[in-house]
Amino acid sequence: MARALINVPAKSKRGEIIEIKTLMSHPMETGFRPGMDGQLIPRDIIEKFVCTYNGEVVFSAQLYPAITANPFISFTTIATDSGTLVFSWTDNKGDMQVQTASIQVE
Amino acid sequence: MGPDTQAMQKDDLANPGMLSVLEGDALWKAPVGASQKSCASCHGDAPQTMKGVAARYPAFDEATQAPIDLAGRIIQCRAERQGAAPPQREGRELLALTSYVAHQSRDLAIAPPQDSRLASARAQGAALYSTRMGQLNFSCAQCHDDNAGGHLGAAPIPQAHPTGYPIYRLEWQALGSLQRRFRNCLSGMRAEPISAGSADAIALELFLMDRAAGMKIETPAVRP
Ligand code: HEC
Ligand code: HEC
Repeated sequence: MARALINVPAKSKRGEIIEIKTLMSHPMETGFRPGMDGQLIPRDIIEKFVCTYNGEVVFSAQLYPAITANPFISFTTIATDSGTLVFSWTDNKGDMQVQTASIQVE
Repeated sequence: MGPDTQAMQKDDLANPGMLSVLEGDALWKAPVGASQKSCASCHGDAPQTMKGVAARYPAFDEATQAPIDLAGRIIQCRAERQGAAPPQREGRELLALTSYVAHQSRDLAIAPPQDSRLASARAQGAALYSTRMGQLNFSCAQCHDDNAGGHLGAAPIPQAHPTGYPIYRLEWQALGSLQRRFRNCLSGMRAEPISAGSADAIALELFLMDRAAGMKIETPAVRP
């Protein structure tokens, strides 16, 4: 069900610093909140975010219950070669969402 | 609204409301219900056919001979024309479809219909807006006209314009409708909340849209 918005510059020059932005649709339910019935709503959060660039990890992050719903993560890397960026978000049940973007480096 | 919130709203990649618009886009194209028709089967390409629609809602509904809001129209299409289960008010599906449709009017000026059949409901909305209600005995106008620009605790008091709905509200951590926003203010006033889709809620919406005529639609707006 989850969806993500990703922005990677479609083209860039070799050696250039590029900014990558990701916005993931996710409730980030902390597990600390009682629901209407007084029972705690089970925890449902993304725990790990990883971005690989042509197979190499260029950014990763560990997420915790205090992080907002629909987490926005932005970071920079250096455009080295044309290829593929793979983004993955893994939740506390171990389910992984994967999305890819391609980049052209001249 | 502070500069951070404005920046978040302006950047489509940082605006969490855009996730809902994206979901609405997928729902728009998906066949559902007994008819196995999608919204697109009848309405085609939303950026063309839905452009400006949100700017002239609520409108007068011939079928029920009463004013109807945009969400109500979508419920009607889904239930009666697609033969699917009517989506829940404030549910994820309806918010996604409503934000997708309203987003097609972003940057267009609000242009309330000049339909005399809406006049009495609009007047009812205007009356509600300036009626003192609840245990605190406040009217909407006392905050949003008399004290707009001031503060309620730490929160700046806005002019109550309905330009950005459904909005992504940071406090809700989610998207919500104008009518949910009304319920927030009403519970702050310790008044009886107006239920979503009710005649009173649509009347208030009609009045606020008329009051905001000419202002630009921002959907999906981000609010604190
Ligand atoms: C079987 C055809 C059909 C399908 C499917 C359908 N609609 Fe409609 N829709 C109509 C018709 C006909 C009208 C005009 C109703 C009227 O004016 O009374 C309409 C009106 C509307 C309007 C108001 C347009 C205006 O200019 O006021 C909106 C918004 C809308 N539909 C959204 C949707 C959405 C969203 C879906 C999918 C969930 C959908 N419709 C599915 C036939 C359809
Ligand atoms: C006691 C003051 C107070 C009263 C009375 C009040 N509101 Fe509000 N309202 C606020 C504040 C403060 C906010 C902004 C909240 C925030 O940003 O956290 C707000 C926000 C809103 C907004 C959102 C505007 C936007 O830019 O998205 C709308 C619409 C609104 N109110 C409508 C109403 C209506 C309708 C009533 C009467 C039923 C009402 N309010 C009564 C204080 C009030």
